[in-house]
Amino acid sequence: MNAKRKDLLATIIIDAIVATVVGILVFLLAYILISGLPHVSWSFLTGSADSFSGAGGIGVQLFNSFYLLILTMLISIPISLGAGIYLAEYAKDNWRTRLIRSAIEVLSSLPSVVVGLFGFLLFVVKFKIGFSVISGAIALTFFNLPLLTRNIEESLSAVPRSQREAGLSLGLSKWKTEIGIILPVALPGIVTGVVLSAGRVFGEAAALIYTAGQSAPVTNFADWNPMDAASPLNPLRPAETLAVHIWKVNTEGLASNAAQLSAAASAVLIIAVLLFNLFARVLGNYLYRRVTASK
Amino acid sequence: MEQTSSGFKQEDTQPKDWAQQLHHATRATREDWFGRGISYLCIGVIILVVASMLWFITSKGIATFTQNHVNIGQFLTGTNWAPDQGKTGALPMIVGSFAVTFAAALVATPFAVGTAIFMTEIAPKRGRKVLQPVIELLVGIPSVVYGFIGLAVVVPFMRHLVGGSGFGIISATFVLFVMVLPTITTMTVDSLRAVPRFYKEASLALGATRWQTVSRVILRAATPGILTAIIFGMARAFGEALAVQMVIGNAAVMPKNLISPASTLTSQLTTGIGDTIDGTLPNNALWSLALILLLMSLFFNALVRVIAKRGQLSHER
Amino acid sequence: MLKDYSFDQTAVQTFDDHVALALKTEDLQVYYGSNHAMHDANLAFPKNQITALIGASGSGKSTYLRSLNRMNDTIATVTGKIWYHGVDINQPDVNIYEIRRHIGMVFQRPNPFAKSIRENIIYALRATGIKDKKVLNQRVEQSLKGAALWDEVKDTLDKSALALSGGQQQRLCIARSIAMEPDVLLLDEPCSALDPISTVKVEETLLELQKKYTIIIVTHNMQQAARISSQCAFFHLGHVMEYAPTATMFSTPKIQVTQDYVSGSFG
Repeated sequence: MNAKRKDLLATIIIDAIVATVVGILVFLLAYILISGLPHVSWSFLTGSADSFSGAGGIGVQLFNSFYLLILTMLISIPISLGAGIYLAEYAKDNWRTRLIRSAIEVLSSLPSVVVGLFGFLLFVVKFKIGFSVISGAIALTFFNLPLLTRNIEESLSAVPRSQREAGLSLGLSKWKTEIGIILPVALPGIVTGVVLSAGRVFGEAAALIYTAGQSAPVTNFADWNPMDAASPLNPLRPAETLAVHIWKVNTEGLASNAAQLSAAASAVLIIAVLLFNLFARVLGNYLYRRVTASK
Repeated sequence: MEQTSSGFKQEDTQPKDWAQQLHHATRATREDWFGRGISYLCIGVIILVVASMLWFITSKGIATFTQNHVNIGQFLTGTNWAPDQGKTGALPMIVGSFAVTFAAALVATPFAVGTAIFMTEIAPKRGRKVLQPVIELLVGIPSVVYGFIGLAVVVPFMRHLVGGSGFGIISATFVLFVMVLPTITTMTVDSLRAVPRFYKEASLALGATRWQTVSRVILRAATPGILTAIIFGMARAFGEALAVQMVIGNAAVMPKNLISPASTLTSQLTTGIGDTIDGTLPNNALWSLALILLLMSLFFNALVRVIAKRGQLSHER
Repeated sequence: MLKDYSFDQTAVQTFDDHVALALKTEDLQVYYGSNHAMHDANLAFPKNQITALIGASGSGKSTYLRSLNRMNDTIATVTGKIWYHGVDINQPDVNIYEIRRHIGMVFQRPNPFAKSIRENIIYALRATGIKDKKVLNQRVEQSLKGAALWDEVKDTLDKSALALSGGQQQRLCIARSIAMEPDVLLLDEPCSALDPISTVKVEETLLELQKKYTIIIVTHNMQQAARISSQCAFFHLGHVMEYAPTATMFSTPKIQVTQDYVSGSFG
C-alpha cells in the first residue's frame, strides 16, 4: 500500500471515529430526552416521591439539589477566591508554593467517592451531625474547591500586569488592586468557571450518598424557618438530591416504573446541566463585553 | 560626600513631619494585612482539608492491619471477600478496578486520539464548532446518568448479545469508555495543538502525506501529552463509583470472564459502607479499599508528574 | 559595532544648596537576581522642572525610574538611598503606598482601568478615604483639565475609559496620577505608543504641569527630551554617564559616549 492510499485510509478511519463519537452523544441525548421527557410534567417536577407505588415526583429532590448547590457555592466561592488570590498575587515561586499547588492537584484528582467518604467519616461518624444538607454541602465544597481555585487563579493571572502596576502606582494596596481593579476584569472568566462548576456539582452523586443521605423526608414548603425540623431550609435534615435519587431508584429497583422515573429524572438533570453550560457561555460573553466596553 | 539631607529646602508652607508621614501605617497598609490574612487563611483551609483527608483515610484504612491484624499480603492477594465472616481477600475488587480501567482506556484511546487529530489537523473549523461542544457536553453529563443509560441500554444489549445477566466488566467498560473519552480527547487536543507548527510544515514541505506527518511527526512529538491524557482518563475510570456500580453487578468474586458480575473498589465501597458498623472489621476492610483508591489516585498523580518532567527533558535536549 | 566606552569617566552635575530638590538618589544599585542592572546612580532632581532620562534601550533608565517609587520592590533588589523630603524612602519600614501617592507614575503603554473615565480618576481617591462627591467631582475636573483632556471627555465621563483613543487614554493616566496630588510625576516613555499628534498634546500637558509638579521622564526620543526638559541625564549600560542642563548636554556634551549618542553616531 502506498503512502497516498494509507493517507486516504487513515482519513476514512478517523472520519468514522468522529462520526461514532458524535453518534454516541446524539444517541445519549436522544435516548434520555425521548424516553424521559414524556414523563416530565408539572406534577412530576413538584410532587413528592413515592418509590414504592412507583408514582411520584421529584419536587423535594429538585429543591434539595438547588439548595445544596447554593450552599456549596456560598461556601466554596469565597474560599477559592481567597486561595486563588493567594496563588495569583502573594505566592512566591518556591517550594512552599509548589507544595500547595501539589496539594490542590491531589484534591482535584481524588475520586469523588473518596471525598464523599471523608465527609461521611468527618460529619456523620466523628461529629455526629448525621446525613444532612450541611454535610453534603461541605463535601461538595471539598470536591469543588480545587477546580474553582485553579479557575480563579488562571482568570486573575490572565489580567495584564500593567493593570496591577496602574493600581499599585496610585498607592493602592495590593489587596485593593486585586479586588477593585483586577477582579472585575477577571470576572467573565471566573463567572464562566463558577457556572460550569455548578453544573458539575449539580450532577454529582457519589460524594453525597453518605453525606447528604439518600432520603428526602417530606418537607413543609410553607415553613421557611431554617430552625424548624420540617422546614426545607433546615440544614440538618437529610437531603437526597436528584442525582442521588436516580442512583437510588436504579439500584434498589423497588419502583415498578424505575426506568421511566429515572429517564424522566435524567432528562431533567441533563437539561439543567445543559442550561448551566449555556448560561455560563452567555453570561461570560455578556460580562466580557461589559468589561471590555466593546459595545 | 555631602551630608545626607542637604539640598532640601525647608518647606515654605506648614512644615510637615515627613518622616512620620512616610512611616506611619495607613489604610492601605491595613488593607494589605487584611488581604494577606484572608488569602492565607483560605489557602490554609484547603491545605487543611487535603491533609486531614489524607490523614483520616490513611489511619482508617490501616486499622484493618493494625487493629484487626489482617495480613497485608493476604488482603491484597486473597480472593475470598466476606468481611463479616472475617474473610478479607480484596483481590477481586482490585482486579475488577484495574480491568475496567485498562479496558476503558484501551478502547477510548484510539477514539480520543482520532477525534483529536480530526479536531486539530483535518477539520479545525468544524472541530471547534461541532466537536468542541460535543466533547463539553459529554463531560457535563452526570455519572449517574451514564449509569442509568448503562443499566437501561448497555446491560440489556449485552444480555441479548452474549447471554447471562448482562452485568459485568464489559458493560462497565462500555460506560467508562464514554465517560473517559472526553477527558482523554480534550487533553490530547491540547497536546497536539502545542506541537510547533513548523514541525508539520517542514514535514509537509518534504513531501510527506498528511497521515505520514500526523503519525510520524505530530503524534510522536505529542506523545508525552497523550500519555498524560490517557493517565488522566484512567484516573477518572479508576475512581468512578456510581456509573460502574450500577452496571457491574457487584459480585465480590474473582472475575472469570468479562460478562459475569464482578465488582470494583468503588462499587464495593458504595454498596457496603452504609451497611457496616464503624470500628468493626467489615467497616475497616472497606476503608482499606478506600485507602487503595487514595493511593492509586496519588500514584496516577505522580505518574503524570514524571511524564511531564521526562517530556520537558526530551524537549530540552 | 558597539564601542567600549569607559565607565570611569562621567560628568554628573550636582546642585547648590539654594536649589530646591524634589528627589535625590545616592549610590543607587539595582540587581535582577545576579544581573547588576544599575550602577551607582547619583542624581538629584530640582523641583518644578522636567528632567529627562535618555539612553538606548537596556541602558537602565526605566529600571532606575521604577526604583524611585519602589515599583521594583517585587522583581529586583534595590540598594542605596533615595532621599525624599529628608527621608530615605528606600527602606523596608517606609510605607510604600504613601510614597506612591506622593510620587506618581505613568507607564509606557496606556493602562486605564476597565472602568468609566470618572471611576478611573476617583477610584484611588476614594480608597484614601475621600468620600465627598463634590470634592471628587472637583478633582475629576481639575485633573482632566490638567491633563488637557477635559474638553474632549467632559460629556462622556461615565463612558468606559477603554473606548478612548490611545493618546486620550495616556492623558487619562496622567490625569489619574495628578488627581492624587503627588509631588513628583514619573513617566516611563509615555509617548512611545502614541501617534505624533497625541505626543504633542502630551508634551504640552507636561510643560504646563511642571509649574505644579516635579517631572522625571524616561524617553528614547532625543527631540522630545530637547523640547521639554530642563535637565537631562544620559544612561549607558546601567551607568549614568552624564547629567547636565539639557541645552548644555545637547550643545556641548562633556563625555564621548554622550557626544556620540546625541549626535546620532552611537554604536
